[in-house]
Amino acid sequence: MNVRQILPFLLLAVAPALAQTSDPAVLAGACQGCHGVAGQGSHGIPLIKDAHSRAEFVALLQAFRANQREATVMGRIARGYTDEQIALLAAHYARAQ
Amino acid sequence: MTISRRALLAAVPVALATPRLAFAQAGAGRVVIIGGGFGGASAARFARDRFPALDITLIERSQTFTTCPYGNLVLAGRRTVESITFGYDRLAARGVRVVHQSVTAVDPAGRRVRLADGTDVPYDRLVMSPGIDLRWGAIEGYDEAASARMPHGWIPSLQPITLLARQLQEMPDGGTFVMAIPDNPFRCPPGPYERISMVAEYLKQAKPRSKLIALDAKNGFSKQPLFQDAWEELYPGIVEWRGASSDGRVMRVHPATMEVETEFGEKVKGAVVNVIPPQMAARIARDAGLANQSGWCPVKPATFESAQVEGIWVLGDATIAAPMPKSGFAASSHAKHAIACIAASLAGRAPPAATFFNTCYSHVGPDYGISIVGVYRPGPTSLVEVEGSGGISPRNATMSPQRRREHRHLEALYADGWYESITNEMFG
Repeated sequence: MNVRQILPFLLLAVAPALAQTSDPAVLAGACQGCHGVAGQGSHGIPLIKDAHSRAEFVALLQAFRANQREATVMGRIARGYTDEQIALLAAHYARAQ
Repeated sequence: MTISRRALLAAVPVALATPRLAFAQAGAGRVVIIGGGFGGASAARFARDRFPALDITLIERSQTFTTCPYGNLVLAGRRTVESITFGYDRLAARGVRVVHQSVTAVDPAGRRVRLADGTDVPYDRLVMSPGIDLRWGAIEGYDEAASARMPHGWIPSLQPITLLARQLQEMPDGGTFVMAIPDNPFRCPPGPYERISMVAEYLKQAKPRSKLIALDAKNGFSKQPLFQDAWEELYPGIVEWRGASSDGRVMRVHPATMEVETEFGEKVKGAVVNVIPPQMAARIARDAGLANQSGWCPVKPATFESAQVEGIWVLGDATIAAPMPKSGFAASSHAKHAIACIAASLAGRAPPAATFFNTCYSHVGPDYGISIVGVYRPGPTSLVEVEGSGGISPRNATMSPQRRREHRHLEALYADGWYESITNEMFG
């Protein structure tokens, strides 16, 4: 049995905290730092609520992550978040409409 | 049912007297926050918005808060100190009990905080975002008296940036601006280099015969290639940066002669001398037993609860959070997660999964901004940067001239947007 085979079990054993999910409001707190409390943007920073639907929000973040959309900081940011976290953020901003 | 503000206020003393258990059952509780900077003010606002059942008291000795970010723009003559100074009225109006007093003691066993007027403030969970102190004497001869002649301009509540700004304005054309920059860790890793840039921007316009010599105790720094590209492009012949291996470490200062002295004994004289000395967690945190031998406060990376004292969450520059930098945005990220962990613990739930976030913009010239991004998750003993994420803006050589101009322009614009958004979140 090599390391690659046992790695998933090791992770399960040492990381019960990872089983927790993120708090969407804390995740969105990162966005707020630049995009504003209500995602309203300022000084040329785009409005988050312009991403109208959840699907559109997810697609946009995935495009940033894959370097398929020109960006200043968003590519570097989006690559730090998981699919699950992006879905939570999409739901958070959909609710905030 | 509607409860009037007056009725709520009347109920507060009763609530304070209610046993702790009652709060735990309701998932509520008394949260006291010490320090009203980026960590503390963000924590207070986030708690009001996200967890309205929490009873929030913010203790901050000053009536106003002047940000460190954008202080360097005062040196360039781009901003006034008034434009980077904020009050706590809006936080109070949002239901935060704001107490303008010094804390004289923290009693973790009794879960209470003592104020300068002798009052005890009880808490169920304590948040401390105390900021930093300077290590007077770590550079020989650099004490509080010396800092009047050789300003640090690094803690606005201790010394307004206007002192250094005035010295810079009064400096004769042809005078040398000397900076001493400390080794890691210190508040705002890109800050000294943004300062170099903003002083150089001013010198280029107002004192074209002057020079800036930066003496650094280390060999590398945040966003180094981007800063150095910009200095070469925008300020040729003005900025000279010397790292530790080029005898850049300042060991002692001579305020009487306005000289700093390096490791190998070279004396460098300035018309203006800006000494950014080594730092540590602010005294209140050290007195409460939160700091280790390093002078900084270790925290549990998954929650930001102190690794040394139960029931106290520590935020911001005072913490050991490397590789996350000591920045305002980082403090606000710590704050939101810590409040969510506190709310969970009061409700008897497990803390949420942690992801921390930081973006630091720096202004390096007119319409020229750069950035560094980091996303972090807790590892077993420290935070870990998420692989493949984060990093600095692209270098000039990697972009077409048009894209380059656009990128630098947008990041200068976004820096202003960040400043407006984050200060509005805390104080608006």
